[in-house]
Amino acid sequence: MGQLTSGERDLAGAVLVFMAIMGVAMAAVGGSEPLGIHGVMVLLCSVGLLFVLMSTAFGPAPDPARLGKYYDDPIKVGVGFTLAWAVFGMLIGVWAAAQLAWPALNFDTSWASFGRIRPAHTSGVIFGFGGNALITTSYHVVQRTSRARLADQFSPWFVLLGFNLFCLIAVSGYFLGVTQSKEYAEAEWYADIWLVVVWVAYFVLYVRTLARRKEPHIYVANWYYMAFIIVVAILHIVNNLAVPISFTQAKSYTIWAGVQDSMVQWWYGHNAVAFFLTAGFLAMLYYYLPKRAERPIFSYRLSILSFWGITFFYMWAGSHHLHYTALPHWVQNLGMTFSVMLLVPSWASAGNALLTLNGAWHKVRDDATLRFMMMAAFFYGLSTFEGSFLAIRPVNSLSHYTDWTVGHVHAGALGWVAMITFGSLYTLVPSIWKRERMYSAALVEVHFWLALVGTLIYVFAMWNSGIIQGLMWRTYSEDNALVYSFVDSLVAMYPYYIARAFGGLLFLIGAIVASYNVWMTVRTPNPAPSPTGDDLPIGEHAGAIPSAAE
Amino acid sequence: MEFTHDTLVEASKTWGLFYLIGFSICVLIYTFLPSNKKRFEGAEREIFDKEDAPWK
Repeated sequence: MGQLTSGERDLAGAVLVFMAIMGVAMAAVGGSEPLGIHGVMVLLCSVGLLFVLMSTAFGPAPDPARLGKYYDDPIKVGVGFTLAWAVFGMLIGVWAAAQLAWPALNFDTSWASFGRIRPAHTSGVIFGFGGNALITTSYHVVQRTSRARLADQFSPWFVLLGFNLFCLIAVSGYFLGVTQSKEYAEAEWYADIWLVVVWVAYFVLYVRTLARRKEPHIYVANWYYMAFIIVVAILHIVNNLAVPISFTQAKSYTIWAGVQDSMVQWWYGHNAVAFFLTAGFLAMLYYYLPKRAERPIFSYRLSILSFWGITFFYMWAGSHHLHYTALPHWVQNLGMTFSVMLLVPSWASAGNALLTLNGAWHKVRDDATLRFMMMAAFFYGLSTFEGSFLAIRPVNSLSHYTDWTVGHVHAGALGWVAMITFGSLYTLVPSIWKRERMYSAALVEVHFWLALVGTLIYVFAMWNSGIIQGLMWRTYSEDNALVYSFVDSLVAMYPYYIARAFGGLLFLIGAIVASYNVWMTVRTPNPAPSPTGDDLPIGEHAGAIPSAAE
Repeated sequence: MEFTHDTLVEASKTWGLFYLIGFSICVLIYTFLPSNKKRFEGAEREIFDKEDAPWK
């Protein structure tokens, strides 16, 4: 934060004081209710940041030479947030998975019951891990592809820290029992309003940075980041329109009623998959994969076509979540049709990525980072195919409400989203901290295999259990009675639930290994170039001693 | 004209189809316009520039 100008320091101070006052107000009206607890958290975060700000506030004005460099400080902090949320979110995920096999793991408490830790897991990994990865990489990509520094130094911090405050309020709220009962949008009205403010600031920052670009053409990765930012804003606002029962309480009721509520929720839910978990991560794919492979994208034109294909089609696919419900039949058909058509732009992207690697397969073999991205493209192709298939109504009659859906989501989340993120992070971290490479290539290799084996165990367990569940629920006897009770199907799931928790555990260990590797890369001092360029034995030149990174 | 559920359904089933086709045609023209070829080929290669600082 040392690079903030005096005007930006004043602005940051004013914002933090205002937020501290809001925190006091929330704490005052909320009392010991969740709103009050959140007020105290807002107050503590604001005051804590105020102290950090004060420690540099009276320092000298920033060096004007900084404007000749990219602004990477928020990216460094963002990498830390990304990994911290990854470990937290996946840990809660393993816990939730273990509870399904061993229900006693909720310890008979309300805060650790499955219904509360499940949204803590989904929000932790989607918003905490995924969201921070998106914000962090977008700051990196937009600067490099625009050849321009971020538009100012206050708003990148406001967006990054403000977004993490949203995640903190959301996830802590679930443990306290706060929820508006909308999947992937469980956070209550005050957190939602805060996210709108943060998101508008993000949009303005991104557009202002693009407007400063020195490169005339806007690289396709930025299109994907822009689509992510704009569409997530629209989805979030429309789906979270709600009326609080009182400004002193956390509870609110949505303005949507009946089947419209379901439709709006799944229009949001599926587009959250599309624009939160796909568009921004495709941006990473289109920048970091060619960079790492040192080969231009196979077809830039194809990337444009698939961009618009995804943007047009995804918007209509959400209703496939509501097959066989009160939703009008033609809307279900619309969702089904667009979901099947989506296969075309999705496979165009996956194919484009894999064909980019033609001529670089030896690098895929040797470099686990590139292999992460290759595997991500493969899983992207796999899970989009599966998604189109599951959206077909008769297939959905077998798969819906079963673990098959869970397996499908995790093929996407673990195999595609997390793998492209880790591949991107392993490319970004050495570049931002000016290191030649990661601290340990062997640990990247270990992480890759943990992630791949973990994903495969998870997904195969859920495919098996999902199809068994679906078949058991539709098995009729000759006199048209159901053969199996729900509990029968639950008992049959037991071994798969253990396998699933184990697969998730492997993936979690991989994320911990990645965090350690990143930490050591950052801590290892930058090997200074030998002042004389001589080939001297160790000890002759203190500055030239090869560090552990080599 | 009264704005009812049926109005929306009709609009979705007619204009909803045609405007997407219209958009798609525009995208195809933009993508394959010969004068854009150079710009796209440049964009593919620009990201490999080693210089790690903003341009003046």
